Amino acid sequence: MNAPLRRLAVVVALLFASLLISSTYVQYVSAPSLNARTDNRRTQFKEFGRDRGPILVDGRPIAQSVEVDDPYTYQRKYTSAQMYSAVTGFYSIVYKPTGMEGATNDLLNGTADQLFYRRLSDLFTGREPQGASVELTIDPKVQKAAWDALGNQKGAVVALDPKTGAILAMVSKPGYDPNALAGHDVAKVTKAWNGLLDDPDRPLDNRAIAGRLYPPGSVFKVVTAAAALSSGDYTPDTLVDGPASLDLPQTSASLPNDFSGACGPNDKVSLLDALRISCNTAFGSIGLDIGDDAIRAQAEKFGFGKALDVPLTVTPSIFPSDPNPPQTAQSAIGQFDVRVSPLQIAMVSAGVANGGVVMRPQLVKDVLSANGVDVIQRPQPERFSDAVSGQVAADLTRMMVAVVDNGTGKRAQIPGVQVAGKTGTAQQGEGRPPNAWFTAFAPADDPKVAIAVVVEDGGALGDAASGGRVAAPIAKQVIEAVLNR
Amino acid sequence: MAVVTAVETRPRRNVELVLLVVSLGIAVGAYVLVGIAAEGRVEANWTWVGGGLAVLVLGVHAVLRVVAPYADPVILPITTAINGLGLVVIHRLDIAEETNLATRQLLWTAIGVGAAVAVLWLVRDHRILARYTWTAALLGFGLLLLPLLPFIGRNIRGARIWIGLGPLSFQPGEIAKILLALFFAGYLVTARDSLALVGRRFLGLQLPRARDLGPILVAWVLSLGVLVFERDLGTSLLFFGLFVAVLYVATERTSWIVIGMSLFVAGAVLAWRIFSHVQRRVDIWLHPFEPGTFENAFQVVQGLYGMASGGLLGTGLGEGRPDIIPFAESDFIFTAIGEELGLTGIFALLLLYLILVERGLRTAIGARDGFGKLLAAGLSFTIALQCFVVAGGVTRVIPLTGLVMPFLAYGGSSLLSNWIVVAILLRISDAARRPAPAEVTG
Repeated sequence: MNAPLRRLAVVVALLFASLLISSTYVQYVSAPSLNARTDNRRTQFKEFGRDRGPILVDGRPIAQSVEVDDPYTYQRKYTSAQMYSAVTGFYSIVYKPTGMEGATNDLLNGTADQLFYRRLSDLFTGREPQGASVELTIDPKVQKAAWDALGNQKGAVVALDPKTGAILAMVSKPGYDPNALAGHDVAKVTKAWNGLLDDPDRPLDNRAIAGRLYPPGSVFKVVTAAAALSSGDYTPDTLVDGPASLDLPQTSASLPNDFSGACGPNDKVSLLDALRISCNTAFGSIGLDIGDDAIRAQAEKFGFGKALDVPLTVTPSIFPSDPNPPQTAQSAIGQFDVRVSPLQIAMVSAGVANGGVVMRPQLVKDVLSANGVDVIQRPQPERFSDAVSGQVAADLTRMMVAVVDNGTGKRAQIPGVQVAGKTGTAQQGEGRPPNAWFTAFAPADDPKVAIAVVVEDGGALGDAASGGRVAAPIAKQVIEAVLNR
Repeated sequence: MAVVTAVETRPRRNVELVLLVVSLGIAVGAYVLVGIAAEGRVEANWTWVGGGLAVLVLGVHAVLRVVAPYADPVILPITTAINGLGLVVIHRLDIAEETNLATRQLLWTAIGVGAAVAVLWLVRDHRILARYTWTAALLGFGLLLLPLLPFIGRNIRGARIWIGLGPLSFQPGEIAKILLALFFAGYLVTARDSLALVGRRFLGLQLPRARDLGPILVAWVLSLGVLVFERDLGTSLLFFGLFVAVLYVATERTSWIVIGMSLFVAGAVLAWRIFSHVQRRVDIWLHPFEPGTFENAFQVVQGLYGMASGGLLGTGLGEGRPDIIPFAESDFIFTAIGEELGLTGIFALLLLYLILVERGLRTAIGARDGFGKLLAAGLSFTIALQCFVVAGGVTRVIPLTGLVMPFLAYGGSSLLSNWIVVAILLRISDAARRPAPAEVTG
């Protein structure tokens, strides 16, 4: 009977081998995917049980974890919650984290690769891993000025330091209260979430970078002007056709000005004046002259169509891929299918302000270890693109200064400071008030800030709105906040 | 029958003592660690829990020195380690769920150890047990079918394998498994010749005569009855597997394994096609994450999550959340260990079981009588099968069923019966390792 006994022993060994394999499969091979499942409460408890690092603005937490007596151990709390909601996003037990909570999740919760050596020592000392703190480039005074200046209007404001790319303000209105989504009562969180989803004003959208893209209207003329100047065929003083209405080829339609009448005597206008008074027909004819490829190439140099993480993911702006001539003329003045994010427009101004070099926008100032001493990450200013030459940038600056000094952007004037800007009043079709735009940088000779403002549906002024009347005053207040620091 | 000449003649009781101290050290150390991790302090009762366990197993050790000095020195320390680890994990879950099951588990350990000592003391020669072959059959089948009776049978979590008397509940199948192992060994040691030698060859297999198929068909029908009426694949697999294994060892005929496996697979497939509760178990097994089965699969899925969160090294005792899993102290104690002690802990645990089973099979090889061989083989194999059915169930090798890990899981019936199993194995190993009275060759 010993031979079958020995074989039985082998069978037993095989049975146990299958258990070793299946355990290895569960605990090692498939463990990452099991841990990542959204219905896995254990991962949540583990994740929420960590001492998550704060998100700081000027050294003060706008998001932080405080210890509470429930299974999750920590509760995420947001201060000035609405004002920063577009930046922080929220950290929920039910939904995926958004905003910086999502984009820097592995740093905040302490699992990022950069924290590996720190975690290694945690492993041996048995200490709970602590998350890093993420300090933002946001300036609280600038953020507050932008938030207050927008008032009750829907829209967005983005302010950049043109020399470094640091994002000084990022506001999206309406905001929401992330505290309502960070609670530990699943039913309440779900209800709050559904309320926000059903809100027709879409408060969860970060309009500054990743809402629905906007038609830019006349602020796009800066890009068209940049393309024209870069072609070498134009200077600010070149006279271009600026009739009251531009006949478009291949169609009976025509492109009118926003105001009645021609842009200059004999239907001619200089490029500088065309931008100053925002002459549609002049930029339409420039567009027909230089062609859609030249404008698209220029737009892409400013960042259109490019993926960008700041580290929040920015929706790439769009210039239409194959417009016919009439569509090209429309696109040249920022209508037809041109779609932009406010950040992209701020990057255009920032590029002009910085001598033609666009710096990569950045929201993270530095990442510090939990003890607040060791710097884990400190992003250095980085060139994003060379959009135009220094000469073209200087020409564009002169033209944009004229817009504010003596053109459509007078409401952005600041005594003693030269502001360069451009208005936009983007039509949204019959029956809807236009979106009001303004982009600017200042001071023109030594730029400290570049900004883009968009106010949806004409803001408080409705159908009577224009970029100059609605958006320029907001930009002015934000610029003042930067210059008065 | 070939008989192996005994080569080991030393009792090795001191080795056992040293290993026992190691096992107790692991258990007590883990118990103290749980307190430190979960409560931030060393719990006051660690002395009497640790001391209680030590007194019990050292008592068995002392008894072995007297009545079975040549017993296998590894079996008791391994049993102690697993039983102690079970106490630790149950205590750890007590802290999380504010229950007090560990004390009751310790009480049942005492009862189990008492029964083991009684068996060792009273049964000085295991061959005496062969006299009770048919009594064991009657009692064993009776106990197996007991839960089907009205009034005392209890349906717990879909399986009808419990009986209840007032507040007490008991799994008679646990005791039945010993009685049936006894019966199979006693019956097959006499019937083996006709089952093994008569018949004709077909495709390289020695096929039995039709009338010799009787016993295996009876066992098959009974195990299917357990599957269908008690709704428990685990118990069914345990008994049929036990029977086929002992049959194979007795007859040395592979054909019995082929016939047995075919019958079991056919029966299982048939049951799957006919019975909705079997289909549900299979659905949970194959598709635990699909929306349709997710609700029913909650326990399995939480167990997988628990093990996954443990990873290679585990969260550490008292640092995980095994209390999320329903019945973590009994059916799913395996996943609690996977979570807090990691894959490393699971490997260590499975290897402890494997060594235990292989020591049992070694005892069977060393035994000098056919009955002892078959009994030791059968009992060892039940331990292996229970581990496979439980751990395979929670890690999705096979559908989940209602058995529990021997010595580890919370439950009085299981502890009691497994300590008796260990006592019988120790008794047979004593006989197997005792210096042979005379050189025997076969």
